[in-house]
Amino acid sequence: MSPHKLAQVALRSAAIGYVLCLILLPLLLIGQKSLVNGLGQFVVDIRQPQAAAALVLTLEAALVTTAINAVFGTLSAFVLVRYEFRGRWFLNALVDLPFAIPTLVAGLMIAALYGTTSSLGAWLKGGGIEVIYNTPGIILAMLFVTMPFTIRAIQPVLMELEREQEEAAYTLGASSWTTFLKVTIPAMLPGLLTGVFLTFVRALGEFGSIVIVAGNIPMKTQVAAVYVYGEIESYNPQGAASVSVVILLISFFALMLLERLTRPPGERLPPLLRMGAQSGVAS
Amino acid sequence: MRRFLITIVWLYFAVLLIGPVAYLCSEAVREGAATFGAEITKPEALHGFTLTAEITAIVLVVNLIVGTATAMVLARQQFRGKAILSGLIDLPFAVSPVIAGFMLILLFGPETILGTFFGTLDIKILFAFPAMVMATLFVTFPFVVRELTPVLQTVGTQGEEAARTLGAKEWQVFLLVTLPSVRWGLIYGATLTVARAIGEFGAVLVVAGNVLGLTQTATLHIYQSYVDFNYVGAYAVAATLLAVSFAILTLLEIAKARAVASIAQ
Repeated sequence: MSPHKLAQVALRSAAIGYVLCLILLPLLLIGQKSLVNGLGQFVVDIRQPQAAAALVLTLEAALVTTAINAVFGTLSAFVLVRYEFRGRWFLNALVDLPFAIPTLVAGLMIAALYGTTSSLGAWLKGGGIEVIYNTPGIILAMLFVTMPFTIRAIQPVLMELEREQEEAAYTLGASSWTTFLKVTIPAMLPGLLTGVFLTFVRALGEFGSIVIVAGNIPMKTQVAAVYVYGEIESYNPQGAASVSVVILLISFFALMLLERLTRPPGERLPPLLRMGAQSGVAS
Repeated sequence: MRRFLITIVWLYFAVLLIGPVAYLCSEAVREGAATFGAEITKPEALHGFTLTAEITAIVLVVNLIVGTATAMVLARQQFRGKAILSGLIDLPFAVSPVIAGFMLILLFGPETILGTFFGTLDIKILFAFPAMVMATLFVTFPFVVRELTPVLQTVGTQGEEAARTLGAKEWQVFLLVTLPSVRWGLIYGATLTVARAIGEFGAVLVVAGNVLGLTQTATLHIYQSYVDFNYVGAYAVAATLLAVSFAILTLLEIAKARAVASIAQ
């Protein structure tokens, strides 16, 4: 074996070893912990009223978040790419901000603005809408941390999608609405799917922003991640592991589905860099 | 129609992003600059900033080395199981931070093999600095690898081969040819790593225990202040981190533009 070849093998072994120790081994431990007293106990754990309520709330809030994010993310990407208006540059630069803000700070900001101590929060409460310590606050927090995903996944596609293609459809007699439905939407679909699935998975696991805005009332505003944290703190590692496994399985399944739906074989998930590569910010 | 859509997008950004950011900043200085200054220079706050900086520095160095090595393996080598390795690297993105911290508790808890081993050596891993670093390493690992791998692939091996033909040693090829050509991609991944390391809360909270003034990072200090109803203190430290976030965002935009430009050449 040549020295060059040897160095390659050494480098590869080091990288694989690091990933196995840092990522795979600890994850397997969680699975093992959840099943240490058998599958029956696992089922009992996740059917505990508090655990089940937390899982249902998390799934519901994540689904609502995903739907809102899909609609407004698509709309934002479309407007940011296609329309010239004052402040476009400003909004475009802001899109990545949630990636740079600590999630706890995000939660704090939302709790401050929409909590009853602010005049806006008091006004909303007067109108019968309680945001903080309630489900809308949880959804708002999930929306905040997932905001860039859909916008950044669709923007490059929209920029690449040749205007000519749309114009061709238009001159051939298609109405602008038909053009949008038949040409623009199908082209955006892979990007939209990526954004939607990443949003869902991120929302499922979100903790830092929610722990502040939700109030964490068991059976009412306690999401799964907060429940897991509570079980760890009260020395119930098995219960924590069981609920963790449920969230992990849903997340992994969602990501595998995304891979199936969008990627030609052999190609990996595009990194954030590529998402931003052709967006307005970079150009 | 056009004006209507633009208005909706402005509203969306205002409700979600601009409003909360602006309100937090105004709340942080509501009781005057002196109070703000006093809050962020309290011993506990300063300790939080220092601890966050230390963890971030270590995590950055480790990720620059291991992340670059892993990206080189993924971009330059063909081997069996490469797809699996690549999939494993993405996993931290899909794991809730609380679960990430929990894994370390299961790994190093007092009843485990590793826990007993380090216990006999009198080395404290859990509820101490090492576990906080490891938790942050877990959540930040994908950034450098994911940003660097595609850049390495795009740049290709022509330059490296030319240098080898001219008699350059392997380390020379790497330091003088490969690294400079991918530096903006590396900086982009490193910046994302720093942002996440500074902001990490859930994973660190789980493994840090609650040792006041000892294992409280900046975000943990904010949480503690909030729980203790010291809102002014929480807002002040949060606003300071927010300022760092804006600096990070600026660096991200620059690095992204440069990385894209260097690939386009």
